[in-house]
Amino acid sequence: MSKHTLSILVENKHGVLARVAALISRRGFNIDSLAVGPTEHPEVSRMTIAVSVDEQPLEQITKQLNKLVNVIKIVELEPTQTVQRELLLVKVKADTLTRGQVLETVQLFRAKVVDVAPDAITIEATGNPEKLEAMLRVLEPFGVRELVQSGMVAIGRGSRSISDRTLRPVPVPPPHVQTGPPNVQARPAGAGSSHHPVPAPPPGRTAAAVPNQH
Amino acid sequence: MSEQLTGAQALIRALEHAGVDTVFGIPGGAILPAYDPMLDSTQIRHILVRHEQGAGHAAQGYAAASGKTGVCMATSGPGATNLVTPIADAYMDSVPMVAITGQVAGAAIGTDAFQEADIRGITMPITKHNFLVTDPNDIATTIAEAFHIASTGRPGPVLVDVTKDAMQTKGVDFQWPTELSLPGYRPVTRPHPKQVREAARLIVAAEKPVLYVGGGVIRARASVELKELAELLGIPVVTTLMARGALPDTHELHFGMPGMHGSVSAVGALQRSDLLITLGARFDDRVTGKLDSFAPEAKVIHADIDPAEIGKNRAADVPIVGDCKEVITDLIAALKTEIAGAGRTPSYDAWRGQLESVRAKYPVAYDEPEDGTLSPQYVIERIGKIAGPDAIYTAGVGQHQMWSAHYLPFEKPGHWLNSGGLGTMGYAVPAAMGAKVARPDKTVWAIDGDGCFQMTNQELVTCALEGIPIKVAVINNQSLGMVRQWQTLFYDKRYSNTDLHSARIPDFAKLAEAMGGVGLRCSDKESVDATIDKAMSVTDQPVVVDFVVHRDAMVWPMVAAGVSNDEIQIARDMAPKWEGEEL
Repeated sequence: MSKHTLSILVENKHGVLARVAALISRRGFNIDSLAVGPTEHPEVSRMTIAVSVDEQPLEQITKQLNKLVNVIKIVELEPTQTVQRELLLVKVKADTLTRGQVLETVQLFRAKVVDVAPDAITIEATGNPEKLEAMLRVLEPFGVRELVQSGMVAIGRGSRSISDRTLRPVPVPPPHVQTGPPNVQARPAGAGSSHHPVPAPPPGRTAAAVPNQH
Repeated sequence: MSEQLTGAQALIRALEHAGVDTVFGIPGGAILPAYDPMLDSTQIRHILVRHEQGAGHAAQGYAAASGKTGVCMATSGPGATNLVTPIADAYMDSVPMVAITGQVAGAAIGTDAFQEADIRGITMPITKHNFLVTDPNDIATTIAEAFHIASTGRPGPVLVDVTKDAMQTKGVDFQWPTELSLPGYRPVTRPHPKQVREAARLIVAAEKPVLYVGGGVIRARASVELKELAELLGIPVVTTLMARGALPDTHELHFGMPGMHGSVSAVGALQRSDLLITLGARFDDRVTGKLDSFAPEAKVIHADIDPAEIGKNRAADVPIVGDCKEVITDLIAALKTEIAGAGRTPSYDAWRGQLESVRAKYPVAYDEPEDGTLSPQYVIERIGKIAGPDAIYTAGVGQHQMWSAHYLPFEKPGHWLNSGGLGTMGYAVPAAMGAKVARPDKTVWAIDGDGCFQMTNQELVTCALEGIPIKVAVINNQSLGMVRQWQTLFYDKRYSNTDLHSARIPDFAKLAEAMGGVGLRCSDKESVDATIDKAMSVTDQPVVVDFVVHRDAMVWPMVAAGVSNDEIQIARDMAPKWEGEEL
């Protein structure tokens, strides 16, 4: 199995995250990491999903995700052509004896101290997953008291954008046309008090509404 | 141009705009507001069913028989959850259907309110798409989107859950949309010309091609095109359970139904083929048997409107995404070009001859029971003969379904309605009701089992009261026959919980009469025709015929679960021979 990063543009609508996550789960795949947030278009959200799968099942999961009506576009991001970042907040034990060494590590990894207590400091770091892993390995001996990590976000290098297409509307389907024989029973006269006119069907649609009988 | 309505009026108005003429449903608390303007609609006939599952299957039957989108309606909570089975069924068999459910008021959502169920969450995995509408101004657009999604691309069920307060809101600005914004929904229907050319090249180069035809050809209404394609080069055709009638059974190029209970000629055609031309079929496990030994020598052309079906179970050498009607039309043109270019027409005579001899040697057949009891296959065969290929047939799930698939006369598309993917017992009666409403000019026979019939027969009441004169043949073998068959074959005849005692209880004929229909009973071969004739003569009431049949008749041929299709048996411990070798 290999790691793959999918960027998924979705309509910013209620329940979309549930649809995507549930679909991946019910088709038997595990999500390594998931991040979701707004994009430059207010009506579009972007999900970054890291999954470990083989090539063939990845194709199947991509096709299944594409079938979700709220999914607009799926792009697999090639690691070499992509900037990947995670955010990590970690609370490390640090008293007067060890604080210096911890701060040295913070500098080494170009991280930041965001909170200090007498016996601990909280560090904020961003980077690709490998860098953050390396930093955690160095911090581990001091004693990690608490750790929280965001899902990975990723963007392709270069000037191209995956979200430059517009959200185009599709023409409304014409109302279905009454075809074939009428209903079994005529409705009693006067049953309806307000008859609503229905727009006339466009010509030439009639035949399409019944299976070809021959 | 717009006008002020209540949300409920907007809902009914939207359904009218969508062309709905029939809704199957049951009112209840949360959907109550919608039923008030329903009373005023002169366009929509509401058929009050006796159980929501019946409404769902009726909408499926209506859709399959008419080609239009079926509509069912139910209230929140239990009303909605009762629709789950038909929705899942419609999803598996790609039936265009819109289900409307009432939901508790927006403010009550998430509070475990009375009759609250998260039906949108529940149906996410079994709908093509679903909606929860809380803003009455969204009703018209949502209904338009629901019908568009249900009926285009690969058809399927769409659920629209509307809160009660959205329906009660007054002053809704009704506007039927002229454009829909569905940026993530763009089904591909036009096949790629390059792929079609590639397919044509493979076909011309093949020696043993087979057209493996699935339900997609029925849904795409591509039967005329299929016939032309098959006849163009004389390519053998097999039609799956969902595709029965796509090519007439009597056509010389038709070699039967493939699969677990398929004919030897159809199963053999696929197993020995060197090229599967797959049209709107999905390599279902009931067709392929053990997947890695399915059609081992064959290259695969796979055309489907749903890209996710291609390569899902079997890798495709030539994938084609598109509507079957367009794919076949383009393929015919490409083949003609290919043949003209090559200057010779390929001949599959030897291959066809081989299959013809298998078809002649191993016809689908049955033995009469030795104890003189009625043969279920005979009953079904006679119904098919007397009602003819112009009738519409529905079936439940199990032995009677397989016998129906073999012994009914399938000459036209859209005349065979059954639950193929989900295998829902109880489908037949309500689906027949829906089909009869869609095609009142047709004779509609539900071929049902005694087990299936006891799951949904309450809809006979609906049929009697609404003037929907369907005919039901209960193939009564007093047991859950297919399960019993497996117990006979694989569980050492230990018949655990499959005996229904339905020769005694219930009295199906009396039951039919109690529900406002005509009840008949038949248990001997001599009176089968007369009984069917009598049922055919009743045209104003539903009829139920209790055919008491032999309880140990089995469905053959059969490929046991989990083995290769090469292990097909035509009867117990009897394997067919294939050109001197075991098949």
